[in-house]
Order: sequence, then C-alpha cells, then structure tokens
Amino acid sequence: MNYYDTDLTTLHEKLVNKKLTAEQLTRDTLAKIKADNEAINAYITIDENAAIETAKAIDAKGINPDNLWAGIPIAVKDNIVTKGLRTTAASKILENFNPIYDATVIEKLRANDVIVIGKTNLDEFAMGGSTETSYFKTTRNPWNLSKVPGGSSGGSAATVSAGGVLAALGTDTGGSIRQPASFTGVVGVKPTYGRVSRWGIIAFGSSLDQVGPFTRTVKDNAALLNLIAGHDEHDMTSSDKEVPDFTAGLDGSVKGMRIALPKEYLGEGVDENVKKAVLDAANTFKELGATVDEVSLPHSKYGIAAYYIISSSEASSNLQRFDGIRYGFRAKDVKNLEDVYVRSRSEGFGDEVKRRIMLGTYSLSAGFYDAYFRKAAEVRTLMINDFKKVFEDHDFIIGPTAPTPAFGIGEDSNDPKKMYMNDVLTVPVNMAGLPGMSLPAGFSNGLPVGLQIIAKPFDEQTLYKAGYAFEQATDFHSKTPEIGGDK
Amino acid sequence: MANEEKIDKAQVEHVASLAKLEFNDADLGKFTTQLADIMGLFNTLSEVDTTGVEPTFSVTDQFNTMREDMAVNSHEKDALIKNAPDTQDGYIRVPAIIDESEGAN
Repeated sequence: MNYYDTDLTTLHEKLVNKKLTAEQLTRDTLAKIKADNEAINAYITIDENAAIETAKAIDAKGINPDNLWAGIPIAVKDNIVTKGLRTTAASKILENFNPIYDATVIEKLRANDVIVIGKTNLDEFAMGGSTETSYFKTTRNPWNLSKVPGGSSGGSAATVSAGGVLAALGTDTGGSIRQPASFTGVVGVKPTYGRVSRWGIIAFGSSLDQVGPFTRTVKDNAALLNLIAGHDEHDMTSSDKEVPDFTAGLDGSVKGMRIALPKEYLGEGVDENVKKAVLDAANTFKELGATVDEVSLPHSKYGIAAYYIISSSEASSNLQRFDGIRYGFRAKDVKNLEDVYVRSRSEGFGDEVKRRIMLGTYSLSAGFYDAYFRKAAEVRTLMINDFKKVFEDHDFIIGPTAPTPAFGIGEDSNDPKKMYMNDVLTVPVNMAGLPGMSLPAGFSNGLPVGLQIIAKPFDEQTLYKAGYAFEQATDFHSKTPEIGGDK
Repeated sequence: MANEEKIDKAQVEHVASLAKLEFNDADLGKFTTQLADIMGLFNTLSEVDTTGVEPTFSVTDQFNTMREDMAVNSHEKDALIKNAPDTQDGYIRVPAIIDESEGAN
C-alpha cells in the first residue's frame, strides 16, 4: 500500500467503520517504509514492535469517532525526543541516546492515539539543507534518487513524498521544513514562533526553532497542526493565545484578498522555471479574485548573513551541553577532564556542526560581539520592520520556497557558503517569527517546485486558506513520484 | 575595524579552544579557508546603517511565567543515569581534573 490515494478523513472513516484496523494499517505502513528505506533511506530508526503493540492497544480500546488521528501512524524527525526510543539528532555524539521523556508534541500525538512509526533522518543537529550532514546515512529524493531531498528535515519530507506515511513532523530553524517540502513536492508548514512547544526538541537556534507538519494535502496539514499547537508550561516562549481550528474556513476562496510578491524573491540566482511557477501561481490567485502587488523587502539580501550569525551563535551556546559527561559519546583513552570535553566533542561532532559552533563562538567572542552578534540582531529588527510594512496592506506574501529545485547529492556539500545561500528565501520568515508554508506549485525538469506562502504572526489560518484555495485550483499536489530515476 | 580583519589559523585555533574543539593540521587549514569565506559574507552587514535600531534577540511576546513553588517528582536518578557513558555506585564517573601522568614527579 501507499498513502497516495487516500487522506486523513478517508482513513479515519475506514478505521471507525472497522474496514481497516490500526494494526493492519501499521503493518502495511511498516512494509512500505521498510521496502522504500533501501532506496530512499528516510529513516534512522523504524520502531516496528512498539508501533504494532500500540496499534493493537488502540484497536482493543476502539477508535474514537471524534478523533481524526486515532490509529494513524506518522513519522517523526530524529531531533524530537521520544521516551525509550533512540533519538540521535543524526549525530555520532547521540548515537546511543535513549530519552527518558517525550517531547510535548509527542505527548500530544500519543494522547490522541497517533502511532509513532519511526524516526527520520536529518542533517546533523538540523544544520544543513540537504540531509547530507547526517552521521548515519544519505537520504534520497523520491522524485530522482540522485538528488537530495532537501533539509534538514529531509527524511520526514522524503517518506511523505514516497507515500510511506500520511504525515510527519519536522523542525524548521531557517527553512528546514519548507525547503525539503519544496524539493519533494509535499506540503510543509513552519508555524509562528511560539505556536508549538519546543519542549523536547534538541535545541539548535532557540529564538528560531519551530516544529511543524509535513503532509500531502493542505487540509491534513491543518489537522496535524491542530493536534500539536498550544501553550506548554515547559516552554515559556510557547504562546498562550487561543488555538483556532486550522481546518475551519478552508472554502477555496481568496476573493478580495491582497497578496504581496516581493521583487527581491524573484531576483538573481532564482531558477527560470521556479520564477515561472511563482508567476503562474500569482495568476492563479488573481483568477480566484485576489489582487497581487509587487512589494519590496529591502533587507532580504542581508538575511543570510544575519541568520547565520544568530543561528550559529545560539547553536554554539546550546551545544555546550554535549561534553561527554552525562550522556552521549565519550572519547576513549582520555588523560584528564579537559580531554574528555575536547576529544568527545571533536570526535563526536561532524564538520558542519563544528563550523556552526566555530562561527557562533567567533561571533560572540570578546571584541567581535558588537560587529557580528549585536549587528545581526539589529538587522533582524529591520527585517521584521520590512515585513510589518508589507502586512499593513496585504494579507499574505507569496514567493519561491527555494531558488532552485533539488540539487544533486554531493553537488554543494564541499562549499558551505554556497549551501547557506540556498536558504535565502526561507530564513527571513524565521528571523521574523512568521508562519510559512511550502506547497507544490510546478515542476522543473521533472523535479517539484514549491510555492512559499507567508502570513502575519499567528495567522496560520490565512496560510491554510490560501494554500487550500491554490491546491483546489491546481493539480500539482496530485502528482506522485515514480521512485527511481537516474541513480 | 574589527570586522574588516581576515580570520587566520591562529584565530581559528583560539576560537576552537574557546569552543572546546581541536583540529588536526589538515582540518585547521580547511576550516580557516571556509570560515574566512563565510566571515566575508558576514562582513556585508557593515553596509547596513543600524544607527538607533534596537536589536531583536527574541520574537516572543510571552513574559516569563512562574509556577507554584511545589515539589514535584520529575526525572528519577536511575533513569537519568542510564545515558551516562561511565558510572559507578550510582554516580557519573569522570577522569581526574589534573593530568595524573604529568603530575607524577
């Protein structure tokens, strides 16, 4: 089986009417993802036994007809801690780490009888845009196995794209949900900073990190955000604002809505086919009765520099905890305590993580703090002000998610600066804490192209409304990969 | 200006020591080249006039929240210590802080 010909509501009805048991669905899902894992390598850990046991228990209890997600297996990025289920952040330093608690988002899944089927591959500590910096494996793009799935949530995106699961969770610090969604032709949403609890997320950039859903349809995506959103006493940055029903108001209409298209988002370095997809999308929205204005976000071009200073600085601080003492990898044959720290970190972290720690440590160090960290935080304010100005008279912003479709495995992995530049269209959203979506909007040489939609803080409802209208008016989301390609 | 300096190997070694990392000679050369390239990108921020602009360190509008001062049972020691790489009698074991091989004379 695969999940191409179904959706959440259809599966839910089958489960409620006992045409399908959670156990059978789980076994079918396991068979599919295990078969795909050789070619696609989306999973670090597949939790076969626990998933089947959980499914049996849910069947025995009975499927709650009011809970759409009861008995549905989903995949979780391996930087979200799961009690008793190895969680690695795709790093050697956490190769044997078994969390003793569940992240808040996992608690919410379990409380709603969702089955965690496995932990997906990512760039080490979510640092990267291709899933190539994983210590364990290289995940391949289902549309073309010689291409990356994007990153850092590449495993979650790839398994949804391959029809292995209905939905997956990822995290997005600078585009790590939206860019892989774009590269694999699925729907990915980074909620507003504060919408979803970060408790139990292995921290990378704490002022930027958010958890969000991957799905094949906009409506299923909204339904999964319904499940994971809300205030959490364990995360003081999680918002106590009321969580609306994100599936309400999906009526296919954007009539009268005012859309902004920033000219900087179609500038140098953006692939011609990507530009065309975005301009076609603008026309689709116009045909649906919206207006589209060209606007300017003048500080966009400084986004990459400011983002990499801030995210690396926060990472260098967050990753101090990995010292080989309380948990994780400890180097062998050490002479003294200092040696434990230095050798465990130097042997336990991969090159990309070391680069970020070095960039962050440098940016925060005496004599450089004002020129780098503080300066970047000031530029961040200007970027936020750019968005505020556009949102004064627009409901949402559209643009490409990434400048190009998926690139080849190994193509950019030796040029970190080039790799960083790929994030130019996604990092501004994290810097401003805004909600953003990527959804299928076209193809370039057989590879999916994503449209990015950006809304005001805590206005995910507009994201979903606009995304749903676009999805109903187009058929890009119904295209599925023939797993293969020129490997 | 500090931000016009080009990062060199000595600086990279200094930063590595602050970050509790070490590099062999080949990696030191590679990291110095890559970090200099990326710092060049970072230096473009000096073009932006931020006079009078307040920095943004967090975008949350939540204030710090306090919980009631009540003792709760959270993580148990036995469970916590299972992830430690080296333990003895319920404690985490680490090597001596002072290098014993050097202090032998």
